[in-house]
Amino acid sequence: MSLENPNAIEVREAVKRYGNFTALKTISLSIKDNEFFTLLGPSGCGKTTLLRMIAGFEDVSEGAIFLYGEEIEGLPPHKRPVNTVFQNYALFPHKTVLDNVAFGLQMRGNSKADSRKKAGEMLELVQLSQFANRKPSQLSGGQQQRVALARALAPQPKVLLLDEPLSALDLKLRKAMQLELKHLQRETGITFIFVTHDQEEALTMSDRIAVMSSGELQQLGDAREIYESPRNMFVADFIGETNLLDVSVDRIESGQAVCHLDGGHALTCPAIEDVTAGLNVHLSVRPERLILTTGPDTDTGMKATVRENIFVGTDITTLVDLADGPQITVRTSNSARGNERIFEPGSPVFVNMEHGAARLLVD
Amino acid sequence: MAGGATSGGNAVTDTYKEARNWLLLPAWVTLSFLVLAPVLLMLVYSFLTKEFRGGVIWEFSLAAYDQFFFDRGLFGDDPAQIEWTYIAIFWRSIWQAGAATLLSLAIGFPTAYFIATRPEKQRVIWVFLITIPYWVNLLIRTVSMRFLLRDEGPLNSFFMATGLVDGPVHMINTNFAVQVGLFYSYLPFMVLPIYAAVERYNFTLSEAAADLYANKWITLRHIVLPAVKPGVIAGCILVFVPSLGSFLAPDLLGGAKNFMIGSLIEEQFKGNAGNWPFGAAASMILLTMVLIILVIYARAQARSDKEAG
Repeated sequence: MSLENPNAIEVREAVKRYGNFTALKTISLSIKDNEFFTLLGPSGCGKTTLLRMIAGFEDVSEGAIFLYGEEIEGLPPHKRPVNTVFQNYALFPHKTVLDNVAFGLQMRGNSKADSRKKAGEMLELVQLSQFANRKPSQLSGGQQQRVALARALAPQPKVLLLDEPLSALDLKLRKAMQLELKHLQRETGITFIFVTHDQEEALTMSDRIAVMSSGELQQLGDAREIYESPRNMFVADFIGETNLLDVSVDRIESGQAVCHLDGGHALTCPAIEDVTAGLNVHLSVRPERLILTTGPDTDTGMKATVRENIFVGTDITTLVDLADGPQITVRTSNSARGNERIFEPGSPVFVNMEHGAARLLVD
Repeated sequence: MAGGATSGGNAVTDTYKEARNWLLLPAWVTLSFLVLAPVLLMLVYSFLTKEFRGGVIWEFSLAAYDQFFFDRGLFGDDPAQIEWTYIAIFWRSIWQAGAATLLSLAIGFPTAYFIATRPEKQRVIWVFLITIPYWVNLLIRTVSMRFLLRDEGPLNSFFMATGLVDGPVHMINTNFAVQVGLFYSYLPFMVLPIYAAVERYNFTLSEAAADLYANKWITLRHIVLPAVKPGVIAGCILVFVPSLGSFLAPDLLGGAKNFMIGSLIEEQFKGNAGNWPFGAAASMILLTMVLIILVIYARAQARSDKEAG
């Protein structure tokens, strides 16, 4: 970290305790300037706690948080140049939409007229100009969401914190808002820290993702890394859908681990640290990286029987029983090519892994 | 109402209407016997002629109102002049009650806010503690207050013992003593409605204000207060109205000089010296005044709501 270009946020060995309960166990991470950064994890993983610590609503039990190189612990929320979009928006019910957006500007010392003018521009940005004089309760959920966003962006914070802001919206609106948020972040150049439990949302929007569970950072990386190279069982299981198979490692050969399934079928996949011959580990493979064929396509083809085909619109999910093995899931795209690889239930098939699709994981 | 208007002749609606009328009956009976009847009785009595040993003669007279507002000399035959004695008592009552209300608000709001921000399980205990003194009769509490405030009472002993003052601070039989008495009598009426309002308040709004650079004072004034305003207003009305008509605190703590309307009315019905029509007239004037104040308030409220909306 150089002084000329410090990180937007640097969390250094931060711990949060509530009495005997440790909500956050020694987290360290850096969030870059202009980044769309996501804290992803199931409820209770500590992601919101971390966000509230950055906003100043919770103090840090141990460690420190830096904002552009300056330590902010001890500063009350109203003295931190960060703004929050709250989960349930927290719009001031007795103020008009315009005055809600103008509030932060006025508190920063702008005149009433100036604040309202700038607030009007913010409303234009989120396409709500015609609702400026309404009360928040007269707006739909999606509109309230955009008011909350405009209100938090209006004072031009150094960092914008978003606490599951899309969770109350319906699917279609959520998808539209995801893109809108992403564009807004690029246009304004403000660092966004986004909290969500929705892995799809995180993958769609983020430059980088921090996956958290039970108060710990599990993995930090961009969407592709997190999805394709999960570092542990939790990340593999939490992000997207995956097949987890128990395998035993036979030997390591030039960076490849040769292992076999319980049923005896041999497989080869990239070796990882900590994996040695004789170890029982897990193998993770995404359903869309598996291909069904009538004959063994490659030497990795595993004998199986089709149990069920489930039509899910864009894809067809097929459940197959491996010979002497567990049930696994195969996803095939609903396309002319894909449909050639769909077989009736009961058909004997071979399950083939795409090259490099399998990944070993240690407990 | 809306449903009935569109389908008036409908059998189902008629049954519904009938059922509703029966269900409303207890409310109407209660209101008629406990509100309407006493007020009408008082209105009628205020226009009757007084009997010297209390009671009334059933003969129409404006004498009571005349006595309240005009002075016609000792024998009643001088030209009428405005009588300021009773108007002054009214005026004093209004500002005494107003001062007591402000005092209750100043102490009651932080108290209510404190209770509402405790962990949920503790709140019941705090509310319970607030109500404990009110298990003791108001008369006994007011008399005790008299002892507390006396020149040689414990408060003055404490002040002198700590060297804060040389001689006793004279508190009994002053306006201050009356206000303290009223404040103490009606404080829970201020605390409880404000507590209920603050408890319902969404504290995320305070966080949002702090997040948008508002300090605690601005947050309280511009975000919390507007949200809990109905509770504050209910509290102020609940303290102001009974304070205005109170007679215990002014009698026992204010002495003869600090007479209030409540005491004036009380005297008219006590023993043989009273004047029932005059007491009834004073009550009617008090009632009218309270109504006027409430109507003015309601109008102002409706206007500010309209402007804000």
